[in-house]
Amino acid sequence: MSNLVIVEHDNNDVAVATLNAITAAQQIGGDIDLLVAGENCQAVADSAAQIAGVSTVKLVDNAMFGHHMAENLALLIADVAKGYSHVLASATTFGKNIMPRASALLDVAQISEIVEVKSPDTFVRPIYAGNALATVQSSDSIKVITVRTIKFEAASASGGSASIETLNSGSDSGLSDWISQAVSGGDKVELTSAGIVVSGGRGMQNGENFTLLQSVADKLGAAVGASRAAVDSGFVSNELQVGQTGKVIAPDLYIAVGISGAIQHLAGMKESKVIVAINNDSEAPIFQVSDYGLVADLFDAVPEFDSAL
Amino acid sequence: MKVLVCVKRVLDPQVKARVKSDGSGVDLSNAKMTMNPFCENALEEALRLREAGSADEVVVVSVGGGKTQETLRHGLAMGADRAINITTEEALEPLAIARVLKHIVDQELPGLVLAGKQAIDGDSNQTAQMLSAMLGWSQSTFISEFKLDGDTATTTREVDAGLETISVKMPAVISVDLRLNEPRYVKLPDVMKAKRKPMDTIELDSLGLDTANRLTVLDVVEPEGRAAGVIVANVAELVDKLRNEAKVI
Ligand SMILES: Cc1cc2nc3c(=O)[nH]c(=O)nc-3n(C[C@H](O)[C@H](O)[C@H](O)COP(=O)(O)OP(=O)(O)OC[C@H]3O[C@@H](n4cnc5c(N)ncnc54)[C@H](O)[C@@H]3O)c2cc1C
Ligand SMILES: Nc1ncnc2c1ncn2[C@@H]1O[C@H](COP(=O)(O)O)[C@@H](O)[C@H]1O
Repeated sequence: MSNLVIVEHDNNDVAVATLNAITAAQQIGGDIDLLVAGENCQAVADSAAQIAGVSTVKLVDNAMFGHHMAENLALLIADVAKGYSHVLASATTFGKNIMPRASALLDVAQISEIVEVKSPDTFVRPIYAGNALATVQSSDSIKVITVRTIKFEAASASGGSASIETLNSGSDSGLSDWISQAVSGGDKVELTSAGIVVSGGRGMQNGENFTLLQSVADKLGAAVGASRAAVDSGFVSNELQVGQTGKVIAPDLYIAVGISGAIQHLAGMKESKVIVAINNDSEAPIFQVSDYGLVADLFDAVPEFDSAL
Repeated sequence: MKVLVCVKRVLDPQVKARVKSDGSGVDLSNAKMTMNPFCENALEEALRLREAGSADEVVVVSVGGGKTQETLRHGLAMGADRAINITTEEALEPLAIARVLKHIVDQELPGLVLAGKQAIDGDSNQTAQMLSAMLGWSQSTFISEFKLDGDTATTTREVDAGLETISVKMPAVISVDLRLNEPRYVKLPDVMKAKRKPMDTIELDSLGLDTANRLTVLDVVEPEGRAAGVIVANVAELVDKLRNEAKVI
């Protein structure tokens, strides 16, 4: 067996999610090579080579990969993948965008968002918003996989000494152009890597009231998250959405404030170690999954919680 | 320009999936089914393009057996001009669905294909990207804004870091996110009108395509539930439990 893991990066740093995908590759077994495709991304290859357990880092440094456009990247992946039995990426929007395209070019199925490796050809993946777990066995010669990060520990970012091999592969399809990226994160704690997440829902009523949650989050070193209703209503931006169609997270502590606990929201947070719900409706379904529930008006409870910290 | 919209019939999102006791899958008998929510957004966008004069025909296509025609009728009631149903009782994987859709695209020659970002049954999030690859077209996925200008389209994608704007050459395959638009409600007269709109029914087997599944489902189980927790009396008790019992703050 031989694994190729596609490195997600911003041309400077390796994304943490890639380390989780590498752990999945370790569980599959066999050699692990990494593919770093980008523009002026030598630094990424250098840090990728330090990751424990990696044999070779394949580096493709070319302007056509600078913004990870799917058409160019999928062609490259399909080309490099031919020497491997498994090709993996994390199930982030980066992986979800490019991997199915690469797998169609290879004429193989993709196994989306695996949560467990049973054997080199058998994997477990959630379906129906996580209300069912399917065990699937692949008959393809190359298995293209995306990895749900919360179910695999991050591989160690240091201790390795992989060789770096520079490839001159790739051709520019000219099919799409990057224009801009709007990132509102700033220096806030990132949702997917936070140990504690404080999330707000429709009960927050507006965007200004999210400052109540931000204040709690700042004290706890936590990230702020949201339900889809809160994002749809314009209280906060889309990258904060937790759920079936947003981010799937599993922090040590998840505090749901003014969130009812719809199936689609639970899909994104029910694997958290400890769940707290603050809601004024004692019948809200969120209480069925919470370790500690507080039936109270959030506008009283949150400021009180804040000052108790 | 003709717009092809790919729609899937799925379990209603308000209904919790029930796993069959023999581990063979999810029980859909007598379950409430509906058009995949993301597909409704895709269709809504196509209808708006037609209303803006950018498209002249909107065709909905679905691969599936059983009552898939009901879902297509719903699409016609929303305002699509025509429907194509490729029938099969087999549960096909996204790779096979994409191959069937490619066949339809080759025949219909649309200038734009719209699909949902994910079907909420299999949660695969693959079909649009695969179809785009097979066609050798451009792709933009998870979009929340779409603007057509001549032979390119400007699209805003919902990505983990925020919003990314890219332009794609037409023809393109676009997968849409829920915030793209608010799908319209269907009124009774629309339902009546939809009955007279054309629907082609094609048997999958008659197309002679390789749609063999590559994955075998060995079993489907319900995930372990969480043990019920406690209701605390007040904020002081909550803080105390988090500090001294759960030790998470
Ligand atoms: C295809 C599809 C995909 C979806 N994907 C997602 C997803 O990824 N993530 C997601 O979150 N949702 C998703 N949804 C939406 C989901 O079904 C729910 O509509 C949504 O999660 C509800 O958000 P909410 O809990 O904030 O709002 P509501 O359900 O309106 O709940 C608000 C809660 O706040 C409480 N409240 C109100 N005022 C106060 C107060 N003063 N003090 C305390 N409590 C108060 C209320 O009692 C209520 O329980 C999806 C839906 C569909 C159809
Ligand atoms: N059987 C199908 N028939 C038509 N379109 C489909 C079908 N399955 C998936 N699609 C399209 O592909 C999108 C993504 O589905 P999936 O890749 O299964 O998550 C859906 O929202 C539909 O637009």
